[in-house]
Amino acid sequence: MTHEMIIAGFGGQGVMSLGELLTYAGMHEGKEVSWMPSYGPEMRGGAASCGVIVSDEPVGSPVVTEATAVVVMNLPSLDKFEENVLPGGCLFINSSLIERNSTRTDIKVYRIPANEEAQALGNTRVAGMVILGAVIAVTGVVAIDSIGEIFTKVFGEKRAKLWDINKQALERGYAIAKEMMA
Amino acid sequence: MSKILMKGNEAIAEAAIQAGCRYFFGYPITPQNQIPEYMSRRLPQVGGCFLQAESEVAAINMVYGAGGAGARAMTSSSSPGISLKQEGISYIAGAQVPCVIVNMMRGGPGLGSIQPSQSDYYQATRGGGHGDYRCVVLAPSTVQEAVDMMAEGFDIADQYRIPVILCGDGMLGQMMEPVEMGRYTPRKLPEKTWATTGMGSRKTPNIINSLYIDAAILEQKNAELAAIYDEISANETKWESYRMEDADYMVVAYGTTARIAKSAITKIRAEYGIKVGLLRPMTLWPFPSAAIAEAAAKVKAVLTVEMSTGQMVDDVRLAIAGSKPVEFLGRSGGMIPAPREIIDKLVEMAGGKA
Amino acid sequence: MAVVFKKSPVLADVPLHYCPGCTHGIVHRLIAESIEELGVADRAIGIAPVGCAVFAYNYFNCDMQQAAHGRAPAVGTAIKRVHPDSIVFAYQGDGDLASIGAAEIVHAAARDEKITVIFINNAVYGMTHGQMAPTSLPGQVTTTSPYGRDVNHCGYPIRVCEMLCTLEGNQYMERVAVNNVKNVLAAKKAIKKAFQRQVEGKGFSLVEVLSTCPTNWGMSPQEALKWVDEKMIPYYPLGCYKGGDK
Repeated sequence: MTHEMIIAGFGGQGVMSLGELLTYAGMHEGKEVSWMPSYGPEMRGGAASCGVIVSDEPVGSPVVTEATAVVVMNLPSLDKFEENVLPGGCLFINSSLIERNSTRTDIKVYRIPANEEAQALGNTRVAGMVILGAVIAVTGVVAIDSIGEIFTKVFGEKRAKLWDINKQALERGYAIAKEMMA
Repeated sequence: MSKILMKGNEAIAEAAIQAGCRYFFGYPITPQNQIPEYMSRRLPQVGGCFLQAESEVAAINMVYGAGGAGARAMTSSSSPGISLKQEGISYIAGAQVPCVIVNMMRGGPGLGSIQPSQSDYYQATRGGGHGDYRCVVLAPSTVQEAVDMMAEGFDIADQYRIPVILCGDGMLGQMMEPVEMGRYTPRKLPEKTWATTGMGSRKTPNIINSLYIDAAILEQKNAELAAIYDEISANETKWESYRMEDADYMVVAYGTTARIAKSAITKIRAEYGIKVGLLRPMTLWPFPSAAIAEAAAKVKAVLTVEMSTGQMVDDVRLAIAGSKPVEFLGRSGGMIPAPREIIDKLVEMAGGKA
Repeated sequence: MAVVFKKSPVLADVPLHYCPGCTHGIVHRLIAESIEELGVADRAIGIAPVGCAVFAYNYFNCDMQQAAHGRAPAVGTAIKRVHPDSIVFAYQGDGDLASIGAAEIVHAAARDEKITVIFINNAVYGMTHGQMAPTSLPGQVTTTSPYGRDVNHCGYPIRVCEMLCTLEGNQYMERVAVNNVKNVLAAKKAIKKAFQRQVEGKGFSLVEVLSTCPTNWGMSPQEALKWVDEKMIPYYPLGCYKGGDK
């Protein structure tokens, strides 16, 4: 099984870190992984994005163009990456910030109100973790427990105390997606 | 040793330090800035010296000085900066000073772009500067391979007293992959009895020099260098053969482009049943001409894929010498070929079916 | 028999290739004597330039690296960083140092690299047969300024010591000449001081030596020595510009 994902949003939404969490968690589980950021001037403008691959096979191209899952945190990202979802793949839309739905009919779309859910937990900065929980629930790319085990590898020991709220967000997203799937 | 997740540029820097490199001289340029930044943090911790030079020209000449003085030294840059270094690289080749130069290639010509490219192939493999010389050119396709090649690169440089260029691209430098340090077993190397260390108790001075004003003597020097290049060609040529056993079509690609080709090969075999394999040069100079010729004999046609408008394809054609059709697929300017483009091209070459 | 003069053992026992009346040989001797007297020949590493003095790597009895045109300060920087106990000196001409290598000399001086630069200013490109140098005087006729250096067309000659002495740091910079006995003695003192400071671990040192090129100036050796007095020294005043400590 090969998961090829694109995670996109605007700067400050933590899309790079989300990708890193998935990549670390995959490596932690003994899988083949790669993380490839978009880089250059466009990082400061519209969409910042990264491609994450978690696979049982050695990773070929680190550039994800035919994605098994795409996460979009803002509208420009939806506009840009909607077409990159493979038929039958998944698209996770942050419905708190994106009003329109996907025009694709050959993919599974999950609209997650990530910012609202994060707000309800008391910190909008964990919106990304809500979506990540949903991604894990739907795709099974990594085990949900793996994120906790590698959290400080991405964010450093200094942020270990933030794990609690992030864990809540992750579990909330996971639960929302499971409900949608049921 | 366990695996850690590292950015390509940082992994390359750490690998150099673990290979005993203690001197880094460079000048900022995207997309390789994480290398000097990492070196500026790490080298003082291990008793080394990081110096941000006033220019690329100065940086390569500092490498010449440090390498000539017997130290393991390196510089890194990206395409426009590597052009500036060419004078120094020529002197380094002429004076036979070992060193490692990293080029994280970006689109060109001129200021070009900062996105990944492979358009410095000619420059790297043909010497690049003036005069009759070669650099060993290593082309890793994964972060792990870049780490292993950095270690071996310093050994090759010391063993043959030659500049070694590691050619990556912006993609390899920016991506993160799991790596394991210290996989490479160091070679047994001769002592650097030729280095300028101060004479101490030595009776005759050591001179690092590339001037041979007498034509006959310079010709002799050129012949000596050519003999070393032949020895390197015999000993150090490296390539990877991937799914070539039953292949009807051969893709030739290097570096990150080869990874993209591998993805395409997996998909085309599954979707179309077309048997495609890959021959990936791991050294661009010396070039695996014999391996390519041998592999080409067993296939119907060859496709070279590069992030350029067609440079390595010349070497592929020279290797195959007209015995099989050689097609070319290139993206340039910083555009990265998608697996689908490669698949479409191969399907077209195969007449739409297996 | 009393020995009144003995060649320094730091000079190799080979004939120098310089033209008759050229003062490169004198400066070589002053460097060799300084190294010898300070007892540092075993840890001296020299850098030969591009230009007439390129063969300096054959003339000094110490380890030598030949550098690309203008790059000696960069090469020297690295050698000194690799071997901090070595005594590193670069020998550069005016085209080498003040034109193509202007960036390297400025930044080596700005970093206060603990190296010694001997800068030969003879107001002309010697080896390439007399083209205009960055230090050629206003009105000076050279093979590329056949009507005389026109400052409105190509600017004024660069006074290196004056330019570099504005830099912060522990540098030593002095301009000397080797056109008469008195000046040669003063030059020796400055060159030895430059090396002495490096031995003591002090910063960058540069000695600019006003030198002659009778061949390309189209003069006899005697006329050339006089020309230094009459033309060069007025534009390039002798003296210590920075680091005049005893």
